[in-house]
Amino acid sequence: MGTRTVIPFGPQHPVLPEPVHLDLVMEDEKIVEAIPSLGYVHRGLEKLAAKKDFNDMVFVSERICGICSFIHSMAYSTAIENIMKVEVPERAQYLRVMWAEMSRVHSHLLWLGLAADALGYESLFMHSWRVREKVLDVIEETSGGRVIFGTCKIGGVRRDVDAATLDKTLKMFDDIEVECQEIVHVFAGDPSVHKRVAGVGILSKDDAYALGAVGPVLRASGVTWDARKLGYAAYGKLEWEPVVETGCDVPARVLVRAKEIFQSIGLIRQAIKKMPKGPVEVRVTGNPNGETIMRVEQPRGELVYHIQANGTKNLARFRVRTPTFANIPPLVKMLPGCELADVPIIVLSIDPCISCTER
Amino acid sequence: MGIMSKSPWILHYDGSSCNGCDIEVLACLTPLYDVERFGIVNTGNPKHADILLITGAVNEQNKEVVTNLYAQMPDPKVVVALGTCATSGGIFRECYNVQGGIDTTIPVDVYVPGCAVRPEAIIEGVVKALGVLELRAAGKAQTHTPTGKVKA
Amino acid sequence: MSDEQSIELVERSQVSAKAAEFKAGGWRLVQISSVPTLGGQEITYSFDKAYRLQSVRTTVPNADPVLPTITGAYFAAFTYENELQDLVGLKVLGLPLDFKGNFYRKAMNAPLTSSNPDGKAG
Repeated sequence: MGTRTVIPFGPQHPVLPEPVHLDLVMEDEKIVEAIPSLGYVHRGLEKLAAKKDFNDMVFVSERICGICSFIHSMAYSTAIENIMKVEVPERAQYLRVMWAEMSRVHSHLLWLGLAADALGYESLFMHSWRVREKVLDVIEETSGGRVIFGTCKIGGVRRDVDAATLDKTLKMFDDIEVECQEIVHVFAGDPSVHKRVAGVGILSKDDAYALGAVGPVLRASGVTWDARKLGYAAYGKLEWEPVVETGCDVPARVLVRAKEIFQSIGLIRQAIKKMPKGPVEVRVTGNPNGETIMRVEQPRGELVYHIQANGTKNLARFRVRTPTFANIPPLVKMLPGCELADVPIIVLSIDPCISCTER
Repeated sequence: MGIMSKSPWILHYDGSSCNGCDIEVLACLTPLYDVERFGIVNTGNPKHADILLITGAVNEQNKEVVTNLYAQMPDPKVVVALGTCATSGGIFRECYNVQGGIDTTIPVDVYVPGCAVRPEAIIEGVVKALGVLELRAAGKAQTHTPTGKVKA
Repeated sequence: MSDEQSIELVERSQVSAKAAEFKAGGWRLVQISSVPTLGGQEITYSFDKAYRLQSVRTTVPNADPVLPTITGAYFAAFTYENELQDLVGLKVLGLPLDFKGNFYRKAMNAPLTSSNPDGKAG
């Protein structure tokens, strides 16, 4: 056994857009153990539920994370609607799917860009973000916001989208799909990308399941599980299958996310085509009383809201378990045995979202 | 236009933001907005930076980090608070781990509100910061005081 | 919705054994959460198998805030259990990776308890 050294990784590291900290126990260039610690962006927002009206908490939940913002507000709204037994109009359900999938496309493109940057492939990073801007244009056209949509509310959505804009959305996504194909072609087919990441960051199928991995990390290890199959919003009425890869390594995670971009574009098309006419919100009166555990699929994986309400305007408990939090134990499992130089891309491969995780 | 504002170097730090403003800062650097065409360069090193862009509120954990980053920057320097959280604490103002806006810890020159702040607004804020930077280089702008606010 | 949910109440001492049962049955740990009640905390463990959600709930009185670990069955529980130690002020017995209250860096101890109604430091 060689000499062991501890190398601190983060909180400030060029590859990390956000502060996270790992203590890496090294033996020469190999990692023996990785110990995570959190809290650089901990705000303590679960406690805000005691101060803010449950309707206002939609805005707080949307700001847990600026990347999966809409999906957070949708999860929270659906949880409260389940407790209050509110029937959300169908059109709102389809609009929610449309916006949720748009945020998945922009999130995955963002991640592909960051991954390219971590590999030192800067032009690919710039191209991914260039295409992502087109997705943001559609989001802005339909919701008014770029990264924080502000369209979800308890009882439906805040604004309708007219037929002409929906047509335009479909056309813009035809264009975006072609551009995404070019980018994904580089990720999937470029020999230098392949050489750099093949076999890196292995997480076996059994480990992934036992350690509670979620989202693309779980599906890249060959487990078919996607929270959208629970059928919330309009997902139960659309035709799609979860994307699963069996590579168990970093390229498998890249592939899952790449294929999910096209899956999401497909879901957006279906949602727009099947969208019925009608109102987009119902009036919700009274206060919630009851409990629910709501699960939705974020770009990063399964997101859990545990809401307990006691009949007052303030919730008894507003608890958020974010996908990155669940993916930390799998990450700790992936790192031992790896080279130090591979740490950045392995950490990125779980698509860490720290502001989500630390709330 | 003086020497200082021809090619300002920028340091970005994520206070306790939700990521929304951070990805907009990154978006400014990518092809659509591409601030590099104005000579603006993003650096990771505070010792090379002229302008400090901060997103998110100051919390218990990072107030020392923010103070350190600011102290390491050479004079003249300008601080831009990006987004509602950085200007006032925003929606998270009442959280137990949040202290408030950036100006509770270091002096801020330009306040750019927005949730999330738009890339156009970020660029405008940086341009305003350049004005302050020029004045400060010429010794004409107020020097910083802990709560000093400078109208740009 | 196919998201069926049920919650089973168990004694605190049975938590580890219950977790081992779920593990043997092929369930995945979804989350551990806490809800402050009068004089204590309700701890909820949720498990998933084939899109079914099953939860186990136990109570921990404030007078004796200790909880056995379930990391024997689910190693990944160490993140949740450290979170309970940090944010709720419980002591989890037998944690293999114990951050001793430093998993989160925060302005106050145990902010998510009923004895901290305001939850704002200073």
